Amino acid sequence: MLLIPCPWCGPRDEVEFHYGGEAHIARPADPAALDDAAWAEYLFMRSNPKGPLAERWVHSAGCRRWFNLLRDTATHRILAVYKIGDPPPSGTGP
Amino acid sequence: MQRYSMAALARRALGRHRSWTPLWRKAAPRAHYRVVIIGGGGHGLATAYYLAKEHGISDVAVLEKGPIGLGNTGRNTTIIRSNYLWDESARIYEHSLKLWEGLSSELNFNLMLSQRGVLNLAHTESDVREGMRRINANRLNGIDAEWLDAAAVKRFCPILNISPDARYPVLGATLQRRGGVARHDAVAWGYARAADARGVDIIENCEITAIRSAEGRITGVETSRGDITADKVAIVAAGHNSVLAAMAGVRLPLQSHPLQALVSEPVKPVLDCVVMSNTVHVYVSQSDKGELVIGAGIDAFNSYAQRGSFPVIEGQMTALLELFPAFSRLKMLRSWAGIVDVSPDASPIIGKLPVEGLYLNGGWGTGGFKATPGAGHVFAHTIARDEPHPLARPFSLERFATGALIDEHGAAAVAH
Repeated sequence: MLLIPCPWCGPRDEVEFHYGGEAHIARPADPAALDDAAWAEYLFMRSNPKGPLAERWVHSAGCRRWFNLLRDTATHRILAVYKIGDPPPSGTGP
Repeated sequence: MQRYSMAALARRALGRHRSWTPLWRKAAPRAHYRVVIIGGGGHGLATAYYLAKEHGISDVAVLEKGPIGLGNTGRNTTIIRSNYLWDESARIYEHSLKLWEGLSSELNFNLMLSQRGVLNLAHTESDVREGMRRINANRLNGIDAEWLDAAAVKRFCPILNISPDARYPVLGATLQRRGGVARHDAVAWGYARAADARGVDIIENCEITAIRSAEGRITGVETSRGDITADKVAIVAAGHNSVLAAMAGVRLPLQSHPLQALVSEPVKPVLDCVVMSNTVHVYVSQSDKGELVIGAGIDAFNSYAQRGSFPVIEGQMTALLELFPAFSRLKMLRSWAGIVDVSPDASPIIGKLPVEGLYLNGGWGTGGFKATPGAGHVFAHTIARDEPHPLARPFSLERFATGALIDEHGAAAVAH
């Protein structure tokens, strides 16, 4: 069970949130230039690390805003929370 | 290998059962193997067995981080069926089911296969249409499937609540009579014993720390018990497939999630089939000990921790009581989670990876147990011949670039 620190509402129960998967996957700047392998990389390939993972959450039953979490997938420990658009805390994440 | 039989049992009984030998040797790793299999679950052990039996390759090591069969092989809900919608899935799961049907005698080990029938309930008009479509697709693929209306469902499973007053009333169900359950531990033990008898080394407590390659070709692995060189390396590690592939510089379209299950206290026989519901989302059967074995969906977030969150259990309990109000006073004994590697189309990845001599059997997500014999069989072929088995060909990693996905999300009779 996760206690997730929403940057706007504070710590709330996991059931108030929805998961958005790995963060910092940017849409290709020039989609028409991509070949099939590059599309597969963008759409499907994920780092899926055992350890710190930068991921997106949305506070669906609260402020309904998206934010990023740095969470250890081996221990469920939440290492950092930061806003959408901000870079991941230095030296961490995929 | 000591063969098991009534005569052997009687003979050993006279010796007070002191002459039984362990099922497999405690092998120490050698410096080189033709094939190294990473992962000593059912799939890895089956792969080793079929490599030795069908392809004459017994210079094989199965490396397992802990003791064998304690990962997802020992954490699933033991359900076996082959009623998948798409042709590619139906063929590989039916291949597996056919192997299950002869496996206890082939391995001389009682897998306690019980083909008690699997019901997939329909609660809405679209469930009914989807179920009937799947029955037609199954029959075209030679798989037994039939439609039961609500009254027939009640006759087949009398304890099920089919009241029209339910929030999601049971409108009918698909039934695969050849579906059922098997003893999950026995699958690992049976394959381990049979593979060991054919010369395969099963090496437990041996964790992979690195995968070595040179000039785009696999050369071996580094482990907690020393370095091992190998001509071919096969990754069969379920939830940890991404971690292992990353050691060889390969990215996979997999996400690791906890899949929780739980069992109730043992009660008298009350449920003699497997009941699955996609819409209210729970699946349940009763073990020979009398415990109800209950499962549902994954926790949404990525995790390697072999534990999930309580609301997921609450959700499946709600669904269980909707279907079986009589279970409301049952106590639950224990719950656990396995780490499943879910692919974007809820179908497995079986085949070669972009490094020469490196192979993957993974991405089975929540449905790998039933596929154990079939997956091991086609994967062994893929490794031995260095080209995919015809049944495995559609499940290559390349499908994510070509777009030929096999979308079993929602189509596979249960949500993943």
